[in-house]
Amino acid sequence: MPPLTPVIELRDAARGFGAGAARSEVLSGLNLDLHEGEFLAIVGFSGSGKTTLINLLAGLLAPDHGTLKLDGRPMPEAGPDRALVFQNYSLLPWLTVYGNIALAVDRVFPQWTAAQRRAHVERYIAMVNLTPARDKRPRQLSGGMRQRVAVARALAMEPRVLLLDEPLGALDALTRATLQDEISRIWQENKKTVVLITNDPDEAILLADRVIPLSPGPRATFGPAFAIDIPRPRDRLALNHDAHFKRMRKDILDWLMSSSGRKSAHTAGRTLRLPALVPENLDHVTWVDRAFPRRRSASTTSTPTP
Amino acid sequence: MSTPTTPPAPSRRTHRVDQLILAVARNVGIPVLAMAVFLGLWSLAARNIQVSFGSLPGPAAVATEFNNLWQEHRAEDAKEKAFYVRQAERKTAYLASHPAGEWKERKYAGRPTFFKQIVTSLETVFTGFFIASLIAVPLGIVCGLSKSLNLAFNPFIQLFKPVSPLAWLPIVMILVSALYNPPEPMFEKAFLSSALTVALCSLWPTLINTAVGVASIDQDYLNVARVLRLGWFAKVWKIVLPASLPHIFTGLRLSLSVGWMVLIAAEMLAQNPGLGKFVWDMFQNGSSQTLAQIMVAVFAIGLIGFALDRAMLSLQRAVSFGATTR
Repeated sequence: MPPLTPVIELRDAARGFGAGAARSEVLSGLNLDLHEGEFLAIVGFSGSGKTTLINLLAGLLAPDHGTLKLDGRPMPEAGPDRALVFQNYSLLPWLTVYGNIALAVDRVFPQWTAAQRRAHVERYIAMVNLTPARDKRPRQLSGGMRQRVAVARALAMEPRVLLLDEPLGALDALTRATLQDEISRIWQENKKTVVLITNDPDEAILLADRVIPLSPGPRATFGPAFAIDIPRPRDRLALNHDAHFKRMRKDILDWLMSSSGRKSAHTAGRTLRLPALVPENLDHVTWVDRAFPRRRSASTTSTPTP
Repeated sequence: MSTPTTPPAPSRRTHRVDQLILAVARNVGIPVLAMAVFLGLWSLAARNIQVSFGSLPGPAAVATEFNNLWQEHRAEDAKEKAFYVRQAERKTAYLASHPAGEWKERKYAGRPTFFKQIVTSLETVFTGFFIASLIAVPLGIVCGLSKSLNLAFNPFIQLFKPVSPLAWLPIVMILVSALYNPPEPMFEKAFLSSALTVALCSLWPTLINTAVGVASIDQDYLNVARVLRLGWFAKVWKIVLPASLPHIFTGLRLSLSVGWMVLIAAEMLAQNPGLGKFVWDMFQNGSSQTLAQIMVAVFAIGLIGFALDRAMLSLQRAVSFGATTR
């Protein structure tokens, strides 16, 4: 088979923010080939520049140096072909579930008839099981439901690449598991190219074909890629007892811990002198609420008047 | 613990009811009491202060004067209706005898009553407010979107915001006289000057709030616009405008209350037949009813201002995407 051009290609890319003394290099030395139909997960601690990375991949940011290519050409400005599910959903609060998805669909498929577009929106609402909440506004939905709307909006654009920026980070464990299964199912149905950014190695291994750890920032960079060859569909319960899974999780975690250890060993070079603090004795302080007792406490502890 | 105590449930309930009664008594009682004290002090002052045309009117005199103004309005209204009935009768009679003749309609030339003047004032303030919004909202949006434009406009905003309506009005009047001379004028010059002065003074809160609202839109919403590759107008219309509506309406609410305050001064000087002119005319009148009539106007101005503010508040709440109902 001839070597295919990767969908997204990063070569020695770096990105930082600020200027002068306030300059911080967030990402540096990034190399990545993302292939068609691949599910890639990038695992990193919070604050390691994961969101900056996904903004690069979406074309919302440009690298300071190095190259970033989409289908072998320089990355164009952000567009609906690289649909992004934002970390905090970024649904428009004044639109309903339907309205939020329709805004994207109307924009991406202007050539379709109104009926076609409506059917398309309805299909994706049904795909994430939100048909009963179709006319609700984001504020009336739970976190998990909002996240599903965001996923449906991204998928409804029928993008080449789906970029998920810690999509399940803010959810409780149960909802997170349900949505992981849902994302897994949707991916197996569509075989889209997906990049998932997460701080949870279990989630990465459960969903992805390939997991790449991201070292903690500043100057965060990719670690070695871990190919995940566990057959699909993957069962989360069985995985917990699977020796192969455990070893992979350990390898990824070890790499993350050792890379963060390097950083902390590096920063511990200088000695910090802390001021000598003695806790204050608060027994002799007159508190305002003691000096002026509240009305309620006065009425409950009513003293008999002589 | 097994210490026998008095059964807590009923006593706690009565306690709660007691507290409720106490709360109602306090929330209603104190304002009522304050009003009674105010009326008492007012009557006391009225009995003891002598002004050039009699004594200071007390609450009762003001209430009587309000009734007088209402009766006057009813009488004037009846006269006007009778005038138009007579004119219609004369018209049919005239056209019956002169089939080819041309009938010229006449307008009733009676004096505008207090309540007609309220209507005129409301029309004027809303015209001014409308003009102000038409300028301030689009300007605020472009200022909020572009830092350079914001820097360009900021000195003017800071410079003109504190200018009193009394300083703007002569300029506006001179400009209106010079520039607005159509053969068949749609608006009175006094009306136009008052409305434009209201607009000039009331556009600042909307302008500033809109700019702040637009500048503080969540970056995520703008990223949505970028991912969808919305054009400039689509971005403004579908993302920027709805996202900053709560801020815009806060500004509009402030603008309307500023406009209502400015209006009275503007009408006084421009002689626009509204509440401001009413106050001024009564002052010039110097009759024994002058003060009572002006006080009626003061209460009317206050009540209308309050009602306008409440109306804007409910509009403001309606556009906050249920932020308060959460």
